[in-house]
Amino acid sequence: MENFIQLTISGIASGAILALVALGFVLIFKSSDVINFAQGELLMVGGYMTYVMLAWFGLPWFIGVPIAIILSAAIGVAIEQGILRHMIGEPIISVIMVTVGVSTLLRAILGLVFGNAPLAFPDFIPNYPVSIMGARVGVDKLWAIALSLLLFGVLTIFFRRSSEGIAMRAVADDQQAAMSMGISIKKVWAVAWAIAGMTAAVGGTLLAAIIGGVGLDIAHLGLIVFPVVILGGLDSIPGAIVGGIIVGLLQSYAGGYLPPSLGLAEVAPFIVLVLILLVKPYGLFGTTRIERV
Amino acid sequence: MQSGVFHTNYAKDMQLRPTWVMRARLIFLIILLVVLPFVANAYWLNLANQIMLFSITAVGLNLLVGFTGQISIGHAAFVALGAYTAALLSTRLNIPFPLDVPFAMIVAGAVGLIFGLPSARLKGLYLAIATLAAQEIVLWFLKHLDLFVPNVGESISLVPTWAHEQFLANRARADFNYYWVILFFLTLVVIFSVNLVRSRVGRAFVAVRDQDIAAQVIGIDVNRTKLIAFMISSMIAGLSGALVAHYRGIVNWERFTVDTSIAVLSMLIIGGLGRVSGSIYGAIFVTVLPALLTQFGLLFRDILPDVNRVIPYVQQGAFGIAIIFFLIKEPEGIAKMWKDVKDYFKLWPFSY
Repeated sequence: MENFIQLTISGIASGAILALVALGFVLIFKSSDVINFAQGELLMVGGYMTYVMLAWFGLPWFIGVPIAIILSAAIGVAIEQGILRHMIGEPIISVIMVTVGVSTLLRAILGLVFGNAPLAFPDFIPNYPVSIMGARVGVDKLWAIALSLLLFGVLTIFFRRSSEGIAMRAVADDQQAAMSMGISIKKVWAVAWAIAGMTAAVGGTLLAAIIGGVGLDIAHLGLIVFPVVILGGLDSIPGAIVGGIIVGLLQSYAGGYLPPSLGLAEVAPFIVLVLILLVKPYGLFGTTRIERV
Repeated sequence: MQSGVFHTNYAKDMQLRPTWVMRARLIFLIILLVVLPFVANAYWLNLANQIMLFSITAVGLNLLVGFTGQISIGHAAFVALGAYTAALLSTRLNIPFPLDVPFAMIVAGAVGLIFGLPSARLKGLYLAIATLAAQEIVLWFLKHLDLFVPNVGESISLVPTWAHEQFLANRARADFNYYWVILFFLTLVVIFSVNLVRSRVGRAFVAVRDQDIAAQVIGIDVNRTKLIAFMISSMIAGLSGALVAHYRGIVNWERFTVDTSIAVLSMLIIGGLGRVSGSIYGAIFVTVLPALLTQFGLLFRDILPDVNRVIPYVQQGAFGIAIIFFLIKEPEGIAKMWKDVKDYFKLWPFSY
């Protein structure tokens, strides 16, 4: 039972981080139909930004982390303006490959600056263990869950109340109709990439804080985003959150209960992905698209 | 000064190389390929073999991605299957080298067919993600192969075939001997592909790529066409895998990760999608670029002490920049650039 609670909480914590990354991914896909293979690298950039602010400049976390988040959002916008803006109307394969190019470039730059070895992350989130129903759980995981929930809440209010949020929903619904209502699609795309950079920065910081270090291998999370978004539906924000938590739990249970020599924790999400694609290709909450000639 | 190419009968119209300029270029290329192994040193010979191995995989993948329009981000998995099949057959069952190649192709083709099945229901992005999952699942299977095959371990070492015999020249023998083997198979694959894409099946590929619903309306069995494309391109990948296994003498799953799949896809993009020659240009570019960067970087070894640390990242960055550059500036790749150059000289001194 204790083991179960421990696995559940760490599963939800990593699931919440996955959901943050998936959220940015879904936002970009919804507003501009771009499949972003560089989402894991954005996460990594966010983690390193926080590292630079806290470890190099010695800023306290309540100043350093917001600066890192803003810088990551700016990098997101720069990628959109500098590269993806040129790819409008190109075939899917080109758009996929250009994000692959961006991810390779980001990994190279970070590797050049910070080196290959993981760097010890300053622990600004407390990580002493607390006891929940008899199970000992690191308090940093609870922080990760709480902060992700907070961010989801803020974003929900943003989409429901602010005019930018409503414009984004309009563009996702019907691009041409939104354009004829005077909504600037370019601005919407920039906002989508800014939010994607922001959520990735929060996710990267939380992940680095839980692991205790930041390294180039964080970017591998970018591949696990795919099972998450397919499970939830490529164009569904609630789907990203639910899918993230399901995949987080799945990995946690597969790693905790099945023999570790099988290494099923890493492959289980992809097996689920194939099954979902065969049974319900548009995911739990995705919209079914009807194609016409 | 010719005003155009005019044919007076069908036989001439169907020739692959109708003009004497094209034939002269082909003869020049053949001479170059025959002379190269006698003049190149071991390093460049190894690089040439690597290029040809990647070319085989890229030409195969091009049939699927460039001609049929089905995106696969998991093609390295089929190369891996070919390599492991060849390695297991020759180490466990003692099947000599050229005879295990067909089996490697069959295994890779069969698995390719299975992972092609979702293409009946999925399109575009969803299919791309399904192939990514296929890659991860196959890789997991190969990583944990000792659950299924006793005493495999992390990697399989092969008994070298044709690696020590001295045939013609006293050069690096494994590289020199395998140069001819790989060149032979690459030639076969290229001739097969060039002729396939102008056959009935190949035209069905292009019809499915351009508009699959319209293709169905004019009587093409879309699902069957997609599966044929998946199978052929996986079989070619399996062929390249079997060659890699025997040439390198060691098979390890680390060579066949998603990064390799993406490298092959980028060869198609850089070389030119939907052109057989493009895949080869792309394979040359993607393989030679890091080698040149390394040579260039080593010139500064004395001035910059940590140049060895920097080179891998510079290679990676240059690779990323090349992909982005080609997609934005020349989406049709090197094949289009080469065509522009040829057109310029053909029409000179006029602009069109």
